[in-house]
Amino acid sequence: MSATLSQPSPLRRAAQRALANPTTTFGAVIVLLIVLGAVFAPFITPHDPTEQDIISRLQPPSVDYWLGTDQFGRDIFSRLLYGARISLVVSLGAIAVSIVIGGVIGMISGYVGGKFDLIVMQAMDVLLSFPSLILGLIVVALLGPELVNLVIAIALTAIAPFARIARAPTMALKERAFVEAGHALGYSHARIIFLHILPNILSELMVMGSLWMATAVRVEASLSFIGLGVKPPTPTWGGMTRDGFENILDAPWLAIFPGVAILLLVLGLNMVGDGLRDATDPKLRNE
Amino acid sequence: MIGFVFRRLIASIPTLLAVLTLVFIIVRVVPGDPALVILGDQATPEAAAALRARLGLDVPILTQYVRFLGNALTGDIGTSMVSGRPVFEEVGAVLPHTIDLTIASMILGIVVGVPVGIWAALHRNGVIDVAARLLSLIGLSFPVFVSGIFLLIGFALQLRWFPVIGQADLGDYGDRIHKLILPAITLGLVMAAYITRVTRSAMLASLSEDYIRTARAKGVPWRRVVWVHGLRNASLPVVTVVGLYVGILIGNSVLTEIVFNRPGLGKVIVGALNQRDYTMLQGLMVIYCFLIVVVNLITDLLYGVLDPRVKAA
Repeated sequence: MSATLSQPSPLRRAAQRALANPTTTFGAVIVLLIVLGAVFAPFITPHDPTEQDIISRLQPPSVDYWLGTDQFGRDIFSRLLYGARISLVVSLGAIAVSIVIGGVIGMISGYVGGKFDLIVMQAMDVLLSFPSLILGLIVVALLGPELVNLVIAIALTAIAPFARIARAPTMALKERAFVEAGHALGYSHARIIFLHILPNILSELMVMGSLWMATAVRVEASLSFIGLGVKPPTPTWGGMTRDGFENILDAPWLAIFPGVAILLLVLGLNMVGDGLRDATDPKLRNE
Repeated sequence: MIGFVFRRLIASIPTLLAVLTLVFIIVRVVPGDPALVILGDQATPEAAAALRARLGLDVPILTQYVRFLGNALTGDIGTSMVSGRPVFEEVGAVLPHTIDLTIASMILGIVVGVPVGIWAALHRNGVIDVAARLLSLIGLSFPVFVSGIFLLIGFALQLRWFPVIGQADLGDYGDRIHKLILPAITLGLVMAAYITRVTRSAMLASLSEDYIRTARAKGVPWRRVVWVHGLRNASLPVVTVVGLYVGILIGNSVLTEIVFNRPGLGKVIVGALNQRDYTMLQGLMVIYCFLIVVVNLITDLLYGVLDPRVKAA
Protein backbone atom coordinates (compact mmCIF):
# COMPACT_ATOMS: atom_id res chain seq x y z
CA MET A 1 0.00 0.00 0.00
CA SER A 2 1.13 3.49 -0.65
CA ALA A 3 1.76 5.55 2.44
CA THR A 4 -0.62 8.29 1.35
CA LEU A 5 -3.76 6.41 0.42
CA SER A 6 -5.25 6.22 3.90
CA GLN A 7 -4.59 9.88 4.79
CA PRO A 8 -6.01 13.13 3.41
CA SER A 9 -3.88 14.28 0.49
CA PRO A 10 -0.79 16.26 1.60
CA LEU A 11 -1.46 18.67 -1.25
CA ARG A 12 -4.93 19.37 0.07
CA ARG A 13 -3.59 19.97 3.58
CA ALA A 14 -0.89 22.25 2.16
CA ALA A 15 -3.52 24.15 0.17
CA GLN A 16 -5.65 24.64 3.28
CA ARG A 17 -2.64 25.89 5.27
CA ALA A 18 -1.54 28.11 2.38
CA LEU A 19 -4.96 29.72 2.02
CA ALA A 20 -4.82 30.79 5.64
CA ASN A 21 -2.17 33.25 4.43
CA PRO A 22 -3.80 36.44 2.99
CA THR A 23 -1.09 36.88 0.32
CA THR A 24 -1.72 33.38 -1.02
CA THR A 25 -5.49 33.93 -1.01
CA PHE A 26 -5.03 37.21 -2.87
CA GLY A 27 -2.85 35.46 -5.45
CA ALA A 28 -5.38 32.64 -5.82
CA VAL A 29 -8.19 35.16 -6.40
CA ILE A 30 -6.19 36.94 -9.13
CA VAL A 31 -5.42 33.64 -10.89
CA LEU A 32 -9.03 32.45 -10.53
CA LEU A 33 -10.41 35.69 -12.02
CA ILE A 34 -8.05 35.43 -15.00
CA VAL A 35 -8.92 31.75 -15.54
CA LEU A 36 -12.66 32.52 -15.37
CA GLY A 37 -12.20 35.44 -17.77
CA ALA A 38 -10.37 33.19 -20.22
CA VAL A 39 -12.87 30.33 -19.98
CA PHE A 40 -15.97 32.52 -20.31
CA ALA A 41 -14.40 35.00 -22.77
CA PRO A 42 -17.06 34.44 -25.48
CA PHE A 43 -19.82 35.41 -23.01
CA ILE A 44 -18.04 38.37 -21.40
CA THR A 45 -16.29 40.10 -24.28
CA PRO A 46 -18.23 42.94 -25.93
CA HIS A 47 -16.42 42.55 -29.28
CA ASP A 48 -14.83 39.90 -31.47
CA PRO A 49 -11.10 39.87 -30.61
CA THR A 50 -10.02 39.77 -34.26
CA GLU A 51 -12.70 42.08 -35.70
CA GLN A 52 -11.05 45.14 -37.26
CA ASP A 53 -12.62 48.57 -37.31
CA ILE A 54 -10.19 50.96 -38.98
CA ILE A 55 -12.40 54.00 -38.29
CA SER A 56 -12.06 53.57 -34.53
CA ARG A 57 -8.35 52.70 -34.41
CA LEU A 58 -6.13 53.74 -31.45
CA GLN A 59 -9.13 54.87 -29.37
CA PRO A 60 -8.47 55.62 -25.69
CA PRO A 61 -10.56 53.71 -23.11
CA SER A 62 -14.27 54.55 -23.41
CA VAL A 63 -17.75 53.13 -22.74
CA ASP A 64 -17.74 51.28 -26.08
CA TYR A 65 -14.14 50.08 -25.79
CA TRP A 66 -13.39 49.62 -22.07
CA LEU A 67 -9.63 49.48 -22.52
CA GLY A 68 -9.42 51.25 -25.89
CA THR A 69 -8.56 49.87 -29.33
CA ASP A 70 -5.33 48.91 -31.10
CA GLN A 71 -3.85 50.04 -34.42
CA PHE A 72 -6.42 47.95 -36.34
CA GLY A 73 -9.35 49.16 -34.24
CA ARG A 74 -9.63 45.84 -32.37
CA ASP A 75 -11.03 45.89 -28.83
CA ILE A 76 -8.19 45.57 -26.28
CA PHE A 77 -10.39 44.16 -23.49
CA SER A 78 -11.71 41.35 -25.68
CA ARG A 79 -8.21 40.58 -26.94
CA LEU A 80 -6.88 40.49 -23.38
CA LEU A 81 -9.43 37.85 -22.30
CA TYR A 82 -8.78 35.70 -25.37
CA GLY A 83 -5.03 36.24 -24.99
CA ALA A 84 -5.22 34.82 -21.46
CA ARG A 85 -6.24 31.50 -23.05
CA ILE A 86 -2.92 31.24 -24.93
CA SER A 87 -0.89 32.16 -21.84
CA LEU A 88 -2.71 29.61 -19.68
CA VAL A 89 -2.81 26.80 -22.25
CA VAL A 90 0.87 27.13 -23.22
CA SER A 91 2.15 27.40 -19.65
CA LEU A 92 -0.11 24.64 -18.28
CA GLY A 93 0.83 22.39 -21.20
CA ALA A 94 4.55 23.09 -20.80
CA ILE A 95 4.51 22.47 -17.06
CA ALA A 96 2.46 19.28 -17.44
CA VAL A 97 4.95 17.96 -20.01
CA SER A 98 7.95 18.87 -17.87
CA ILE A 99 6.40 17.39 -14.71
CA VAL A 100 5.77 14.10 -16.53
CA ILE A 101 9.12 13.88 -18.34
CA GLY A 102 11.23 15.45 -15.58
CA GLY A 103 9.40 13.47 -12.89
CA VAL A 104 9.90 10.15 -14.67
CA ILE A 105 13.59 10.89 -15.35
CA GLY A 106 14.18 11.96 -11.75
CA MET A 107 12.34 9.00 -10.20
CA ILE A 108 14.07 6.41 -12.39
CA SER A 109 17.45 8.06 -11.87
CA GLY A 110 17.01 8.18 -8.08
CA TYR A 111 15.58 4.65 -7.98
CA VAL A 112 18.32 3.05 -10.08
CA GLY A 113 21.12 5.08 -8.47
CA GLY A 114 24.83 4.46 -9.08
CA LYS A 115 26.58 5.43 -12.32
CA PHE A 116 23.29 5.71 -14.20
CA ASP A 117 22.09 8.34 -11.74
CA LEU A 118 25.39 10.21 -12.03
CA ILE A 119 25.22 10.38 -15.83
CA VAL A 120 21.54 11.34 -15.95
CA MET A 121 22.02 14.11 -13.41
CA GLN A 122 25.08 15.42 -15.27
CA ALA A 123 22.91 15.59 -18.38
CA MET A 124 20.25 17.50 -16.44
CA ASP A 125 22.92 19.94 -15.23
CA VAL A 126 23.90 20.57 -18.83
CA LEU A 127 20.29 21.33 -19.72
CA LEU A 128 20.08 23.57 -16.68
CA SER A 129 23.16 25.52 -17.75
CA PHE A 130 21.43 26.90 -20.86
CA PRO A 131 19.85 30.30 -20.27
CA SER A 132 16.15 29.33 -20.46
CA LEU A 133 14.93 32.23 -22.59
CA ILE A 134 17.76 31.75 -25.09
CA LEU A 135 17.04 28.01 -25.29
CA GLY A 136 13.32 28.70 -25.77
CA LEU A 137 14.11 31.36 -28.37
CA ILE A 138 16.30 29.07 -30.43
CA VAL A 139 14.01 26.04 -30.20
CA VAL A 140 10.95 28.05 -31.29
CA ALA A 141 12.93 29.77 -34.03
CA LEU A 142 14.13 26.44 -35.38
CA LEU A 143 10.84 24.53 -35.06
CA GLY A 144 8.54 27.40 -36.03
CA PRO A 145 6.21 29.58 -33.92
CA GLU A 146 3.34 27.12 -33.37
CA LEU A 147 1.48 26.50 -30.12
CA VAL A 148 2.85 22.96 -29.77
CA ASN A 149 6.43 24.13 -30.39
CA LEU A 150 6.06 26.82 -27.73
CA VAL A 151 4.95 24.14 -25.28
CA ILE A 152 7.96 21.98 -26.25
CA ALA A 153 10.41 24.89 -25.96
CA ILE A 154 9.20 26.00 -22.54
CA ALA A 155 8.91 22.41 -21.28
CA LEU A 156 12.51 21.77 -22.33
CA THR A 157 13.72 24.55 -20.03
CA ALA A 158 11.79 23.13 -17.04
CA ILE A 159 12.53 19.40 -17.29
CA ALA A 160 15.83 19.52 -15.40
CA PRO A 161 14.47 21.23 -12.24
CA PHE A 162 11.60 18.73 -12.04
CA ALA A 163 14.00 15.82 -12.46
CA ARG A 164 16.02 17.18 -9.54
CA ILE A 165 12.91 17.64 -7.38
CA ALA A 166 11.69 14.09 -8.11
CA ARG A 167 15.06 12.42 -7.63
CA ALA A 168 15.93 13.46 -4.06
CA PRO A 169 12.81 12.08 -2.28
CA THR A 170 12.88 8.95 -4.46
CA MET A 171 16.36 8.16 -3.16
CA ALA A 172 15.08 8.40 0.41
CA LEU A 173 11.82 6.54 -0.27
CA LYS A 174 13.44 3.54 -1.95
CA GLU A 175 15.05 2.64 1.40
CA ARG A 176 11.67 2.64 3.18
CA ALA A 177 9.92 -0.50 4.41
CA PHE A 178 6.96 -0.28 2.03
CA VAL A 179 9.27 -0.40 -0.99
CA GLU A 180 11.10 -3.35 0.49
CA ALA A 181 7.74 -5.04 1.07
CA GLY A 182 6.92 -4.42 -2.59
CA HIS A 183 10.14 -6.14 -3.63
CA ALA A 184 9.35 -9.09 -1.31
CA LEU A 185 5.90 -9.43 -2.90
CA GLY A 186 7.55 -9.60 -6.31
CA TYR A 187 6.22 -6.30 -7.65
CA SER A 188 7.89 -4.99 -10.79
CA HIS A 189 10.14 -1.91 -10.54
CA ALA A 190 7.67 0.05 -12.67
CA ARG A 191 4.83 -0.81 -10.29
CA ILE A 192 6.89 0.24 -7.26
CA ILE A 193 7.94 3.51 -8.90
CA PHE A 194 4.61 4.58 -10.33
CA LEU A 195 2.13 3.17 -7.79
CA HIS A 196 4.07 3.46 -4.55
CA ILE A 197 6.79 6.11 -4.85
CA LEU A 198 4.96 8.52 -7.16
CA PRO A 199 1.99 9.27 -4.82
CA ASN A 200 4.50 10.26 -2.13
CA ILE A 201 6.33 12.83 -4.24
CA LEU A 202 3.38 14.13 -6.23
CA SER A 203 2.66 17.00 -3.85
CA GLU A 204 6.26 18.24 -4.10
CA LEU A 205 6.08 18.11 -7.89
CA MET A 206 2.77 20.00 -7.87
CA VAL A 207 4.06 22.74 -5.57
CA MET A 208 7.10 23.17 -7.77
CA GLY A 209 4.75 23.13 -10.77
CA SER A 210 2.74 26.05 -9.42
CA LEU A 211 5.94 28.09 -9.00
CA TRP A 212 7.16 27.18 -12.48
CA MET A 213 3.80 28.12 -13.99
CA ALA A 214 4.73 31.73 -13.27
CA THR A 215 8.03 31.31 -15.10
CA ALA A 216 6.30 29.59 -18.01
CA VAL A 217 3.81 32.46 -18.38
CA ARG A 218 6.70 34.92 -18.36
CA VAL A 219 8.73 32.99 -20.93
CA GLU A 220 5.69 32.58 -23.22
CA ALA A 221 4.98 36.30 -23.01
CA SER A 222 8.65 37.11 -23.65
CA LEU A 223 8.78 34.88 -26.72
CA SER A 224 5.57 36.45 -28.06
CA PHE A 225 7.03 39.90 -27.40
CA ILE A 226 10.11 39.01 -29.46
CA GLY A 227 7.77 37.84 -32.24
CA LEU A 228 8.11 34.09 -31.69
CA GLY A 229 4.69 33.50 -30.12
CA VAL A 230 1.50 32.10 -31.61
CA LYS A 231 0.99 33.87 -34.92
CA PRO A 232 -1.32 36.88 -35.35
CA PRO A 233 -4.21 37.60 -35.53
CA THR A 234 -4.58 35.25 -32.51
CA PRO A 235 -4.18 37.59 -29.53
CA THR A 236 -1.30 36.89 -27.11
CA TRP A 237 -0.35 39.16 -24.23
CA GLY A 238 3.29 39.36 -25.28
CA GLY A 239 2.30 40.10 -28.89
CA MET A 240 -0.17 42.78 -27.74
CA THR A 241 2.55 44.40 -25.63
CA ARG A 242 4.77 44.36 -28.71
CA ASP A 243 2.04 46.07 -30.81
CA GLY A 244 1.59 48.64 -28.06
CA PHE A 245 5.33 49.20 -27.85
CA GLU A 246 5.43 49.97 -31.56
CA ASN A 247 2.70 52.61 -31.07
CA ILE A 248 4.05 53.86 -27.77
CA LEU A 249 4.11 57.54 -28.83
CA ASP A 250 0.46 57.62 -30.02
CA ALA A 251 -1.20 55.26 -27.58
CA PRO A 252 0.83 54.24 -24.52
CA TRP A 253 -2.16 52.36 -22.98
CA LEU A 254 -1.81 49.78 -25.74
CA ALA A 255 1.36 48.51 -24.08
CA ILE A 256 0.29 49.20 -20.50
CA PHE A 257 -2.86 47.02 -20.32
CA PRO A 258 -1.38 43.74 -21.61
CA GLY A 259 1.77 44.46 -19.57
CA VAL A 260 -0.31 44.79 -16.40
CA ALA A 261 -2.21 41.60 -17.31
CA ILE A 262 1.05 39.61 -17.61
CA LEU A 263 2.34 41.11 -14.35
CA LEU A 264 -0.89 40.24 -12.49
CA LEU A 265 -0.98 36.62 -13.69
CA VAL A 266 2.72 36.03 -12.92
CA LEU A 267 2.35 37.74 -9.53
CA GLY A 268 -0.77 35.73 -8.67
CA LEU A 269 0.92 32.45 -9.62
CA ASN A 270 4.04 33.38 -7.65
CA MET A 271 1.92 34.20 -4.57
CA VAL A 272 0.10 30.86 -4.79
CA GLY A 273 3.32 28.94 -5.43
CA ASP A 274 5.13 30.68 -2.57
CA GLY A 275 2.26 29.98 -0.18
CA LEU A 276 2.08 26.31 -1.17
CA ARG A 277 5.84 25.89 -0.84
CA ASP A 278 5.91 27.51 2.61
CA ALA A 279 2.96 25.36 3.70
CA THR A 280 4.74 22.15 2.68
CA ASP A 281 8.10 23.18 4.15
CA PRO A 282 8.28 21.65 7.64
CA LYS A 283 10.81 24.28 8.71
CA LEU A 284 8.37 27.10 7.98
CA ARG A 285 5.16 25.32 8.95
CA ASN A 286 5.05 26.59 12.49
CA GLU A 287 5.88 30.20 11.69
CA MET B 1 44.19 27.13 -3.47
CA ILE B 2 45.90 26.36 -6.79
CA GLY B 3 45.02 22.68 -6.41
CA PHE B 4 41.38 23.61 -5.77
CA VAL B 5 41.25 25.84 -8.86
CA PHE B 6 42.86 23.09 -10.95
CA ARG B 7 40.39 20.45 -9.75
CA ARG B 8 37.47 22.74 -10.54
CA LEU B 9 38.88 23.51 -14.00
CA ILE B 10 39.21 19.80 -14.79
CA ALA B 11 35.68 19.16 -13.50
CA SER B 12 34.21 21.76 -15.86
CA ILE B 13 35.63 20.09 -19.00
CA PRO B 14 32.99 17.30 -19.26
CA THR B 15 30.23 19.90 -18.76
CA LEU B 16 31.67 22.08 -21.50
CA LEU B 17 31.92 19.10 -23.87
CA ALA B 18 28.36 18.04 -23.09
CA VAL B 19 27.05 21.57 -23.61
CA LEU B 20 28.86 21.83 -26.96
CA THR B 21 27.35 18.48 -27.98
CA LEU B 22 23.88 19.74 -27.09
CA VAL B 23 24.46 22.89 -29.17
CA PHE B 24 25.54 20.72 -32.10
CA ILE B 25 22.40 18.58 -31.78
CA ILE B 26 19.98 21.51 -31.36
CA VAL B 27 21.17 23.24 -34.52
CA ARG B 28 20.91 19.98 -36.47
CA VAL B 29 17.39 18.97 -35.49
CA VAL B 30 16.01 21.72 -37.71
CA PRO B 31 13.41 20.06 -39.90
CA GLY B 32 14.41 20.05 -43.58
CA ASP B 33 17.61 20.80 -45.41
CA PRO B 34 19.31 23.91 -43.96
CA ALA B 35 20.61 24.81 -47.42
CA LEU B 36 17.05 24.89 -48.80
CA VAL B 37 15.79 26.76 -45.72
CA ILE B 38 18.42 29.43 -46.36
CA LEU B 39 18.17 29.60 -50.15
CA GLY B 40 14.43 28.97 -50.44
CA ASP B 41 12.51 26.26 -52.35
CA GLN B 42 13.40 27.75 -55.74
CA ALA B 43 17.16 27.12 -55.32
CA THR B 44 18.88 25.00 -57.97
CA PRO B 45 20.38 21.68 -56.78
CA GLU B 46 23.87 23.01 -57.68
CA ALA B 47 23.44 26.10 -55.51
CA ALA B 48 22.15 23.98 -52.61
CA ALA B 49 25.08 21.57 -52.95
CA ALA B 50 27.54 24.46 -53.03
CA LEU B 51 26.03 25.98 -49.89
CA ARG B 52 26.06 22.60 -48.12
CA ALA B 53 29.76 22.28 -48.95
CA ARG B 54 30.42 25.81 -47.68
CA LEU B 55 28.61 25.06 -44.44
CA GLY B 56 30.50 21.78 -44.07
CA LEU B 57 27.24 19.82 -44.22
CA ASP B 58 28.40 17.53 -47.07
CA VAL B 59 30.54 15.31 -44.83
CA PRO B 60 29.27 12.53 -42.47
CA ILE B 61 27.63 13.78 -39.28
CA LEU B 62 30.38 12.33 -37.07
CA THR B 63 33.05 14.22 -39.05
CA GLN B 64 30.96 17.39 -38.69
CA TYR B 65 30.79 16.80 -34.95
CA VAL B 66 34.52 16.24 -34.51
CA ARG B 67 35.27 19.28 -36.68
CA PHE B 68 32.82 21.40 -34.68
CA LEU B 69 34.28 20.33 -31.33
CA GLY B 70 37.84 20.85 -32.53
CA ASN B 71 37.08 24.30 -33.88
CA ALA B 72 35.12 25.37 -30.79
CA LEU B 73 37.84 24.20 -28.41
CA THR B 74 40.51 26.05 -30.36
CA GLY B 75 38.44 29.22 -30.29
CA ASP B 76 37.10 29.11 -33.84
CA ILE B 77 33.32 29.38 -33.56
CA GLY B 78 32.69 30.06 -37.22
CA THR B 79 31.62 32.92 -39.45
CA SER B 80 28.22 34.46 -39.99
CA MET B 81 26.46 33.03 -43.03
CA VAL B 82 24.84 36.38 -43.74
CA SER B 83 27.62 38.93 -43.24
CA GLY B 84 30.55 36.58 -43.82
CA ARG B 85 32.33 38.06 -40.78
CA PRO B 86 33.68 35.86 -37.96
CA VAL B 87 31.16 35.42 -35.11
CA PHE B 88 33.79 36.66 -32.64
CA GLU B 89 34.16 39.90 -34.60
CA GLU B 90 30.39 40.50 -34.72
CA VAL B 91 30.07 39.79 -31.01
CA GLY B 92 33.17 41.79 -30.08
CA ALA B 93 31.71 44.90 -31.71
CA VAL B 94 28.68 44.96 -29.40
CA LEU B 95 30.06 43.23 -26.33
CA PRO B 96 31.02 46.44 -24.43
CA HIS B 97 27.35 47.51 -24.44
CA THR B 98 26.17 44.17 -23.03
CA ILE B 99 28.96 44.11 -20.43
CA ASP B 100 28.04 47.67 -19.34
CA LEU B 101 24.42 46.64 -18.90
CA THR B 102 25.11 43.34 -17.14
CA ILE B 103 27.63 44.72 -14.67
CA ALA B 104 25.56 47.83 -13.88
CA SER B 105 22.45 45.74 -13.19
CA MET B 106 24.40 43.27 -11.07
CA ILE B 107 25.86 46.06 -8.96
CA LEU B 108 22.40 47.61 -8.58
CA GLY B 109 20.93 44.24 -7.61
CA ILE B 110 23.57 43.61 -4.96
CA VAL B 111 23.64 47.18 -3.58
CA VAL B 112 19.84 47.18 -3.16
CA GLY B 113 19.17 43.50 -2.50
CA VAL B 114 21.71 42.66 0.21
CA PRO B 115 20.96 45.55 2.63
CA VAL B 116 17.19 45.26 2.12
CA GLY B 117 17.36 41.49 2.68
CA ILE B 118 19.35 41.98 5.91
CA TRP B 119 17.03 44.76 7.04
CA ALA B 120 13.98 42.58 6.44
CA ALA B 121 15.54 39.63 8.30
CA LEU B 122 16.32 41.86 11.30
CA HIS B 123 12.69 43.03 11.44
CA ARG B 124 11.14 39.63 10.85
CA ASN B 125 7.35 39.81 10.35
CA GLY B 126 7.47 43.57 11.01
CA VAL B 127 6.25 46.24 8.59
CA ILE B 128 9.65 46.48 6.85
CA ASP B 129 9.83 42.72 6.39
CA VAL B 130 6.31 42.45 4.98
CA ALA B 131 6.93 45.39 2.62
CA ALA B 132 10.27 43.94 1.49
CA ARG B 133 8.72 40.53 0.85
CA LEU B 134 5.81 41.95 -1.10
CA LEU B 135 7.96 44.33 -3.16
CA SER B 136 10.48 41.62 -3.97
CA LEU B 137 7.66 39.30 -5.07
CA ILE B 138 6.32 42.04 -7.36
CA GLY B 139 9.86 42.75 -8.59
CA LEU B 140 10.51 39.20 -9.67
CA SER B 141 7.06 38.88 -11.24
CA PHE B 142 7.78 41.76 -13.63
CA PRO B 143 8.76 40.49 -17.07
CA VAL B 144 11.64 42.82 -17.99
CA PHE B 145 10.04 43.96 -21.22
CA VAL B 146 7.02 45.13 -19.21
CA SER B 147 9.03 46.99 -16.55
CA GLY B 148 11.26 48.39 -19.32
CA ILE B 149 8.27 49.74 -21.23
CA PHE B 150 6.74 51.20 -18.04
CA LEU B 151 10.02 52.97 -17.18
CA LEU B 152 10.30 54.18 -20.76
CA ILE B 153 6.76 55.63 -20.72
CA GLY B 154 7.28 57.24 -17.30
CA PHE B 155 10.82 58.60 -17.42
CA ALA B 156 11.57 58.98 -21.13
CA LEU B 157 8.20 59.90 -22.67
CA GLN B 158 6.40 61.69 -19.81
CA LEU B 159 9.18 63.22 -17.69
CA ARG B 160 11.74 63.32 -20.52
CA TRP B 161 14.64 62.71 -18.15
CA PHE B 162 16.19 60.08 -20.37
CA PRO B 163 16.49 59.49 -24.11
CA VAL B 164 14.17 56.98 -25.82
CA ILE B 165 16.90 55.70 -28.14
CA GLY B 166 19.64 53.87 -26.31
CA GLN B 167 22.64 53.74 -28.66
CA ALA B 168 25.47 55.35 -26.71
CA ASP B 169 28.75 56.77 -27.95
CA LEU B 170 31.30 54.39 -26.40
CA GLY B 171 33.95 57.10 -26.16
CA ASP B 172 31.69 59.54 -24.27
CA TYR B 173 31.43 58.20 -20.71
CA GLY B 174 28.75 60.70 -19.62
CA ASP B 175 26.53 59.68 -22.53
CA ARG B 176 27.27 56.01 -21.91
CA ILE B 177 26.17 56.23 -18.26
CA HIS B 178 23.13 58.43 -19.03
CA LYS B 179 21.81 55.94 -21.57
CA LEU B 180 22.59 53.04 -19.26
CA ILE B 181 20.46 54.18 -16.30
CA LEU B 182 16.96 53.07 -17.41
CA PRO B 183 18.04 49.71 -18.91
CA ALA B 184 20.20 48.97 -15.86
CA ILE B 185 17.29 49.76 -13.50
CA THR B 186 15.03 47.50 -15.58
CA LEU B 187 17.41 44.54 -15.32
CA GLY B 188 18.67 45.40 -11.83
CA LEU B 189 15.20 45.48 -10.23
CA VAL B 190 14.57 41.80 -10.94
CA MET B 191 18.02 40.94 -9.68
CA ALA B 192 17.52 43.04 -6.53
CA ALA B 193 14.24 41.21 -5.90
CA TYR B 194 15.92 37.79 -6.11
CA ILE B 195 18.84 38.86 -3.94
CA THR B 196 16.54 40.42 -1.31
CA ARG B 197 14.62 37.16 -0.92
CA VAL B 198 17.68 34.95 -0.70
CA THR B 199 19.59 37.31 1.61
CA ARG B 200 16.57 37.51 3.92
CA SER B 201 16.10 33.77 4.27
CA ALA B 202 19.85 33.06 4.48
CA MET B 203 20.24 35.73 7.18
CA LEU B 204 17.28 34.34 9.13
CA ALA B 205 18.88 30.90 9.08
CA SER B 206 22.30 32.26 9.96
CA LEU B 207 21.08 34.54 12.80
CA SER B 208 19.40 31.63 14.58
CA GLU B 209 22.71 29.70 14.83
CA ASP B 210 24.47 29.07 18.12
CA TYR B 211 27.61 31.01 17.16
CA ILE B 212 25.52 34.16 16.84
CA ARG B 213 24.27 33.71 20.41
CA THR B 214 27.87 33.03 21.52
CA ALA B 215 29.12 36.17 19.77
CA ARG B 216 26.39 38.26 21.42
CA ALA B 217 27.11 36.69 24.81
CA LYS B 218 30.80 37.58 24.39
CA GLY B 219 29.71 41.21 23.99
CA VAL B 220 30.51 41.59 20.28
CA PRO B 221 28.69 44.74 19.04
CA TRP B 222 25.39 43.87 17.28
CA ARG B 223 26.42 45.63 14.05
CA ARG B 224 29.52 43.45 13.87
CA VAL B 225 27.54 40.31 14.68
CA VAL B 226 25.17 41.03 11.78
CA TRP B 227 27.67 42.13 9.14
CA VAL B 228 30.57 39.85 9.98
CA HIS B 229 29.28 36.71 11.71
CA GLY B 230 25.80 36.66 10.16
CA LEU B 231 26.43 37.91 6.64
CA ARG B 232 29.60 35.92 6.08
CA ASN B 233 27.72 32.70 6.73
CA ALA B 234 24.67 33.84 4.78
CA SER B 235 26.80 34.76 1.78
CA LEU B 236 27.02 31.26 0.26
CA PRO B 237 23.36 31.04 -0.79
CA VAL B 238 23.53 34.64 -2.00
CA VAL B 239 26.56 33.90 -4.19
CA THR B 240 24.78 30.78 -5.51
CA VAL B 241 21.78 32.84 -6.53
CA VAL B 242 23.88 35.54 -8.17
CA GLY B 243 25.69 32.78 -10.10
CA LEU B 244 22.46 31.08 -11.15
CA TYR B 245 20.92 34.43 -11.99
CA VAL B 246 23.51 35.11 -14.69
CA GLY B 247 21.59 32.70 -16.94
CA ILE B 248 18.36 34.63 -16.37
CA LEU B 249 20.24 37.93 -16.74
CA ILE B 250 21.49 36.87 -20.17
CA GLY B 251 17.95 36.05 -21.30
CA ASN B 252 16.55 39.25 -19.82
CA SER B 253 19.27 41.38 -21.41
CA VAL B 254 17.93 40.31 -24.83
CA LEU B 255 14.52 41.78 -23.95
CA THR B 256 16.01 44.91 -22.37
CA GLU B 257 18.12 45.58 -25.44
CA ILE B 258 15.02 45.32 -27.64
CA VAL B 259 12.95 47.67 -25.48
CA PHE B 260 15.68 50.31 -25.16
CA ASN B 261 16.94 49.75 -28.69
CA ARG B 262 20.45 49.16 -27.35
CA PRO B 263 23.09 47.37 -29.37
CA GLY B 264 24.32 44.18 -27.72
CA LEU B 265 24.42 40.39 -27.77
CA GLY B 266 20.64 40.20 -27.50
CA LYS B 267 20.06 42.22 -30.64
CA VAL B 268 22.67 40.13 -32.46
CA ILE B 269 20.87 36.92 -31.50
CA VAL B 270 17.45 38.25 -32.55
CA GLY B 271 18.95 39.48 -35.83
CA ALA B 272 20.47 36.05 -36.44
CA LEU B 273 17.11 34.39 -35.69
CA ASN B 274 15.27 36.66 -38.12
CA GLN B 275 17.83 36.09 -40.87
CA ARG B 276 18.06 32.34 -40.18
CA ASP B 277 21.81 32.72 -39.76
CA TYR B 278 22.48 29.21 -38.39
CA THR B 279 26.26 29.47 -38.13
CA MET B 280 25.88 32.72 -36.19
CA LEU B 281 23.30 31.10 -33.86
CA GLN B 282 25.57 28.13 -33.27
CA GLY B 283 28.50 30.42 -32.48
CA LEU B 284 26.36 32.57 -30.17
CA MET B 285 25.13 29.52 -28.28
CA VAL B 286 28.72 28.38 -27.82
CA ILE B 287 29.61 31.81 -26.41
CA TYR B 288 26.57 31.83 -24.08
CA CYS B 289 27.32 28.34 -22.79
CA PHE B 290 30.98 29.11 -22.35
CA LEU B 291 29.98 32.20 -20.33
CA ILE B 292 27.68 30.12 -18.11
CA VAL B 293 30.37 27.49 -17.52
CA VAL B 294 32.86 30.25 -16.60
CA VAL B 295 30.35 31.86 -14.22
CA ASN B 296 29.69 28.49 -12.57
CA LEU B 297 33.44 28.06 -12.17
CA ILE B 298 33.81 31.51 -10.60
CA THR B 299 30.88 30.73 -8.27
CA ASP B 300 32.57 27.50 -7.20
CA LEU B 301 35.85 29.31 -6.60
CA LEU B 302 34.06 31.98 -4.55
CA TYR B 303 32.63 29.22 -2.34
CA GLY B 304 36.18 28.21 -1.61
CA VAL B 305 37.09 31.76 -0.64
CA LEU B 306 33.99 32.29 1.51
CA ASP B 307 33.94 28.90 3.19
CA PRO B 308 37.29 27.14 3.73
CA ARG B 309 35.44 23.85 4.31
CA VAL B 310 34.48 23.76 0.61
CA LYS B 311 38.13 23.79 -0.44
CA ALA B 312 38.90 20.76 1.69
CA ALA B 313 36.00 18.75 0.27
